[in-house]
Amino acid sequence: MASDTTAAAGGTSPGNGRPDPSARTALRRRRARGIAGTALSLALTLLGLLLVTFIIGRVMPIDPVLKVVGDRATQAQYDAAYQAMGLDKPLAIQFLNYIGDVVTGDFGRSISTGQLVWDDIRRVFPATFELATLGTLIGVLAGVPLGVIAAARRGGIVDQVARVVALVGYSMPIFWLGLMGLLIFYGILGWVGGPGRQGIIYDGMVPSVTGMILVDSALARDWAAFRDAFSHIILPASLLGYYSLAYISRMTRSFMLEQLSAEYVTTARVKGLSERAVIWGHAFRNISIPLVTVIALSFGSLLEGSVLTEIIFSWPGLGQYITRSLLSGDMNAVLGGTVVVGVCFVVLNLFSDILYRVLDPRAK
Amino acid sequence: MTNTMTRREWLLSDAPQTRRQARLGAFYQGWLTFRANKLAMLGLIILILLLGMAAFAPLLAPKSPFAQDLASRLQPPSAEHWLGTDALGRDILSRLIHGSRITLFIVGTVALIAPVIGLFIGTVAGFAGGWVDQVLMRITDIFLAFPKLILALAFVAALGPSIGNAVLALALTAWPPYARLARAETLTIRNADFIAAARLQGAGRARLLFRHIWPLCVSSLIVRVALDMAGIILSAAGLGFLGLGAQPPMPEWGAMISDGRTYILDFWWVAAMPGLAIFTVSMAFNLLGDGLRDVLDPKGGAK
Amino acid sequence: MTDAPLLSVRNLRVTFPTRQGLFQAVRGINFDLGRERLGVVGESGSGKSMTGRSVLGLIRPPGRVEADRMEFQGQSILNLPERRMRKIRGQRISMVMQDPKFSLNPVMTVGRQITEAYRLHRRVSRADAHAKALEMLRAVQIRDPERVMDSYPHEVSGGMGQRIMIAMMLAPDPEILIADEPTSALDVSVRNEVLSIMDNLVRDRGMGLIFISHDLNMVAQFCDRVLIMYAGRIVETLPARELHKARHPYTQGLLASLPRLDAPQDRLPVLTRQDSWRDGDPIAPHADTDLPGGLR
Ligand SMILES: Nc1ncnc2c1ncn2[C@@H]1O[C@H](COP(=O)(O)OP(=O)(O)OP(=O)(O)O)[C@@H](O)[C@H]1O
Ligand SMILES: [Mg+2]
Repeated sequence: MASDTTAAAGGTSPGNGRPDPSARTALRRRRARGIAGTALSLALTLLGLLLVTFIIGRVMPIDPVLKVVGDRATQAQYDAAYQAMGLDKPLAIQFLNYIGDVVTGDFGRSISTGQLVWDDIRRVFPATFELATLGTLIGVLAGVPLGVIAAARRGGIVDQVARVVALVGYSMPIFWLGLMGLLIFYGILGWVGGPGRQGIIYDGMVPSVTGMILVDSALARDWAAFRDAFSHIILPASLLGYYSLAYISRMTRSFMLEQLSAEYVTTARVKGLSERAVIWGHAFRNISIPLVTVIALSFGSLLEGSVLTEIIFSWPGLGQYITRSLLSGDMNAVLGGTVVVGVCFVVLNLFSDILYRVLDPRAK
Repeated sequence: MTNTMTRREWLLSDAPQTRRQARLGAFYQGWLTFRANKLAMLGLIILILLLGMAAFAPLLAPKSPFAQDLASRLQPPSAEHWLGTDALGRDILSRLIHGSRITLFIVGTVALIAPVIGLFIGTVAGFAGGWVDQVLMRITDIFLAFPKLILALAFVAALGPSIGNAVLALALTAWPPYARLARAETLTIRNADFIAAARLQGAGRARLLFRHIWPLCVSSLIVRVALDMAGIILSAAGLGFLGLGAQPPMPEWGAMISDGRTYILDFWWVAAMPGLAIFTVSMAFNLLGDGLRDVLDPKGGAK
Repeated sequence: MTDAPLLSVRNLRVTFPTRQGLFQAVRGINFDLGRERLGVVGESGSGKSMTGRSVLGLIRPPGRVEADRMEFQGQSILNLPERRMRKIRGQRISMVMQDPKFSLNPVMTVGRQITEAYRLHRRVSRADAHAKALEMLRAVQIRDPERVMDSYPHEVSGGMGQRIMIAMMLAPDPEILIADEPTSALDVSVRNEVLSIMDNLVRDRGMGLIFISHDLNMVAQFCDRVLIMYAGRIVETLPARELHKARHPYTQGLLASLPRLDAPQDRLPVLTRQDSWRDGDPIAPHADTDLPGGLR
């Protein structure tokens, strides 16, 4: 128990460096753990997450009461608010109240938007989700084949290219690459839509069903709006996709190298199978299971990595929401957003864990 | 015989006469392996240049990093201003040169604090075992499970934006992998014979930990740190970009990109130059880390 | 068939580049294989596996295989292009590896792994392949083949795994089987069972068998002829019956360092290796030898 971890151990966020090699250890460890153990450890992680956000909320030098009642409040008003917010109770009770609030989706009211934080998050989350999903899709579709081929032809051209791609990915600040992308593809070439999710004329034209504009416009069969949304999302999504690709291709390559040196691969060759069948039919089949976890991790880190990307592209998503709130000292919103991203991480972990169990015959 | 030996032979000797010779010999072997890796050498050279640049910044910089000259604002690169000027007419090259000090300061302190926290927690957990181990590793896992950048953001937001708080936030989010690594190393060393021998000689727990276990964990931690440096630089730049790190008018590279963002379409160099600087330095750290890993941790390097 | 050998190898060399320069794992060996059981014995690292693998073209770059001749039924198979080598692998020359725990694909059912090999070489329907797989599993004396077909490798025991491996490799009816320490990962209790199953199948089909092993006793019981390898060379070739007549000090050393019930010794002697063994000429049966070393 002491040594288990959520798979986020292996996560990397764009602009945050290379993947943690302990990802593989984490993968191995989880094989040994029961589903109850997983659930318990995730529950504890969630609790820890709340504790940390709670503490951050406490140590903050900004007085939350003042934020609510305003500077000109009388002492009596101040005290009333102080009590209403439960700040006179012992810390442990306050923490329990906090947990209760979070569980019921009550993150308080955002000071800057005046809305309930929960409603704000519900509004901005689909934009981030859409972006991260497309980014992961790009990362998987390009990164997995790249990693497999790099491993199969170790030291060959593709391997070298994959190496450079990953090196650049691990060394380039994502926000800067985003700016340069805007400069070149929007400013100079004019191939893509600029910042934002939609051109002005399409704004609010498509009825919001899922909150994801690509999906909504496709549902509404409004292909002009779809094309416009696509031209806006493609650049930031490619950017996130590139970072995801760097990570996924490295992990795929190293998983694949491990498998290719396994004896069963020799067996497959002895049978007379073609190299392609050996690689995709045998070795790849073995890495596809841990790859699920890597992809889930990468998705999680894109949710997080969207913070900087969303700023660059004025993307009205969770990342932008958190940063804006942060700059205006709107702590309810910041902590609410942090908790939501944290919960996404935990859910992704749980999801990949379950998938692992379903897919791997040895886990039954 | 000995006097005919060249220094190189002495270093590479199969039968070192003294412990010092053995240690220097091992070091020299490592250096030879490292030197054979051209990219790693490139990384090392870039970093040495960076150190030199930071050390002699006032001498190297053609202008003051703070001197505003509104008459010549947003000038493109020219003989006068090699990398152009920013929105306040400050010389970008000079700002970059001075900014290297900030970058090195942030990276250096984080790379000092985080591994030490990790080393301490990891070795104590591994050495003590039992419930201490359980609790410490549980805490580590919680921090690992966190979205790092967002956690750092929340920390800085709570503590108030400043360069010191940025360092603190980065260190607080960067230590868990080191703790894991140190714990794993400790577990493998803990039951080794020489530890038992030291214990029989009456070495206390603290002495065992600091004199015997820590030194052995250090080499794998160094590799990890070298590989993480790039990530730390990027995170620090990210915080700077968001206005949560060094405050104006400090020439922090991330913040400089943020300054240039507004003018990106017309005056691209304002944002492009600091980005290139960040890219170069973090790539140098990545190359160096790869080279070090091949030397110090051959198992991992084979992959 | 005539007496022409199934496999004929002359001056086979296998080389790997390493940091210290070229490493010769096999240094010029000659042998012929008929429809017989040929044992290959030698200590760890003597190049037994590399010999077997080079016949199947399984030495991957940067490893290199060279030979003056390497013929399978009169046809050269030295460094054949992959495409043609694949026609030979599995279908005509096959191999059973050491440890079924690692040599079976962990995420594929046993049934799929067997039928895959068979269907590749005989273009038959799925149902026919299935039937053939069941037949092969029965032939290796697996009792409930239907259940085993649907199980994964981790669900079967080691002895069963190795029998599955044998079934899989023999399904396409190869002419040569290379068995690389097929029983060393198994429990002593099931070794003989697996061996006799393999022996029967090989004998029934009139195949050539190259049996690689550490175990001189086992090889002596089980093979017709024995090659003794040392440091990448063959130091001696002997009919298995005449093992006790071995001349080479290394072989004698191997023999003497086996515990024997009929002649108990206080201490088993330890082999002292001689450099001259590395490059001496191989010893044919009944030749005289004056190589130094051996037991001390
Ligand atoms: N890829 C390689 N690169 C370098 N040397 C290699 C490589 N593969 C094998 N060797 C070397 O070739 C030699 C012969 O190996 P081989 O596997 O044939 O030995 P073996 O006789 O089968 O030993 P064992 O009984 O342990 O299986 C060994 O010394 C091994 O170190
Ligand atoms: Mg072998």
